[in-house]
Amino acid sequence: MDIVLLGFLLLTAIAAIRLRDLFAVVMLFGIYSFLAAGLFMVLDAVDVAFTEAAVGAGITTVLMLATLRLTGRFERSPRPVRLLPLVVVAMTGAALIYGTLDAPLLGDVQAPAQQHVAPRYIERTMAEVGTPNMVTAVLASYRGYDTLGETVVIFTAGLAVLLLLGITEVPPLRLGRRVINDQVVLHVIVKALIPFILLFGAYVQFHGDYGAGGGFQAGVVVATGLVLYDLVFGDGHAQLVVPPTWLPRIAAFGVLVYGAVGLLSLLQGKALLDYSALAQTPLSGQHLGIMLVELGVGITVFAVVLAIFYAFSGRRRQA
Amino acid sequence: MNMVPGLFNYWVAVLLMMAGLYVVIAQPNLVKKMVGLALFQASVFIFYISIGKVSGAHAPIFIAGETLYSNPLPHVLILTAIVVGVATTAVGLALVVRIQEAYGSVEEDDIDAKDREQSDEDDGGGP
Amino acid sequence: MSDWITLASGLCFSLGGFLCITGGVGLLRFPDFFSRVHAAGVTETLATPLLLSGVMLQLGWSQDSLKLLLVMAFVLATNPTAAHAMAKAALDGGLRPQIEQDDTTDQEGRSSKP
Repeated sequence: MDIVLLGFLLLTAIAAIRLRDLFAVVMLFGIYSFLAAGLFMVLDAVDVAFTEAAVGAGITTVLMLATLRLTGRFERSPRPVRLLPLVVVAMTGAALIYGTLDAPLLGDVQAPAQQHVAPRYIERTMAEVGTPNMVTAVLASYRGYDTLGETVVIFTAGLAVLLLLGITEVPPLRLGRRVINDQVVLHVIVKALIPFILLFGAYVQFHGDYGAGGGFQAGVVVATGLVLYDLVFGDGHAQLVVPPTWLPRIAAFGVLVYGAVGLLSLLQGKALLDYSALAQTPLSGQHLGIMLVELGVGITVFAVVLAIFYAFSGRRRQA
Repeated sequence: MNMVPGLFNYWVAVLLMMAGLYVVIAQPNLVKKMVGLALFQASVFIFYISIGKVSGAHAPIFIAGETLYSNPLPHVLILTAIVVGVATTAVGLALVVRIQEAYGSVEEDDIDAKDREQSDEDDGGGP
Repeated sequence: MSDWITLASGLCFSLGGFLCITGGVGLLRFPDFFSRVHAAGVTETLATPLLLSGVMLQLGWSQDSLKLLLVMAFVLATNPTAAHAMAKAALDGGLRPQIEQDDTTDQEGRSSKP
């Protein structure tokens, strides 16, 4: 199974290199992401597969298309294939492959990666954290500091995009006007689907303890629902629902929630982000802490992804 | 689902990385470079997740009765890497848009030419 | 009883797989954008539900098959819409279906909607 997926991945990558039509290249990237998500499923990485499908094949493709709209669809005829990059790439590749020759075989239970910390996490998750999903347990509890840092990175990236591009508020006159009157099918279907998409996002947010899911995926799913609304009903409709001025505040609020949880633990006399300080028993403290922390992550990711989309879609092509 | 035993996954991941790297180094169009970078990122993820795989194991979600699980640590790492990756790709694409507006083109050659014109005009004053 | 189920699900799988392949062949071989969209639509609208039904038959009555039913409903709702959106976008962009007066066999009488 993974041979087929890997083979297709290679084909897609090679095609993406050789094509000059950037629209097609972006589409190929979407396919590549989706194949990678399939490969992750085959490799037992369900959370990662979910995130890659939502993020890579969803948001990133939309962003690249939005960029193409502003920069131009075709690549100019590339220079003749030069030797130096090929040599560099070949040497790097050879060095990496030489490095992998010492690596343990795929799936080896005795591999060094599976020793040390991982078995401890696997064995003690139910007892110490109480959530069946070990990935969420590690993400939100055992390695909570890292996730705090990553949330701040996402927030910063959103700030950077806002600084670079800014958001143009769409004047209210343009809204409500049907772009093309006979888009009935699209409007009806999308109107029916969006509540389910948002509901699914909420489900993913809170179900992340028990199945694949969590704050990152949920934020992306909810933002994607709003992006769909904006794409189908016309530019600016999503801004009616979530005004752009709110977005930096919402993103900051998410980071604040995360940090507040940590601060609360400090105030109780324990270490930063030690969830056992939050409730009567350590386990319920873990549940509460993880829920709050994932909520903070989800809020920030949602606000940042939506802000980035607003920034790109509102940019008018300069003459 | 049989896994191909051995190192096949890693090699293909390395090949994909090299494809992405080639795009970043050798193709002059900035947007295509960003796509290449994203390809590179995704192939690194594949590499990491392949390392965490354990044959015959269950996904790292606790099910009563299962004892063998795939390693959750790479999953955690890659999960955050994916979302951070999209955020930084967005920043990169925003930069490309601004470059397009400042220089009128996203081809490296055009940008270099404009920069050279600019520094010629500036009469020796700085790049 | 379970023999019938296995037979039925095997039939679903093979039919679904066959339709996927023909959809792929159609994508490559059809002369015109709109007919290619139709070929892709067949893959999404018929082959995927068939494959999902095959899996559901194997699973029997369980929570998983209910989830798969929901997935199938979602697929049936969204993929034809996507094909419709593509065809509409092409029409609005100025692309017109290729209508020739010769009688080649890959000319279909159906309209371009899936």
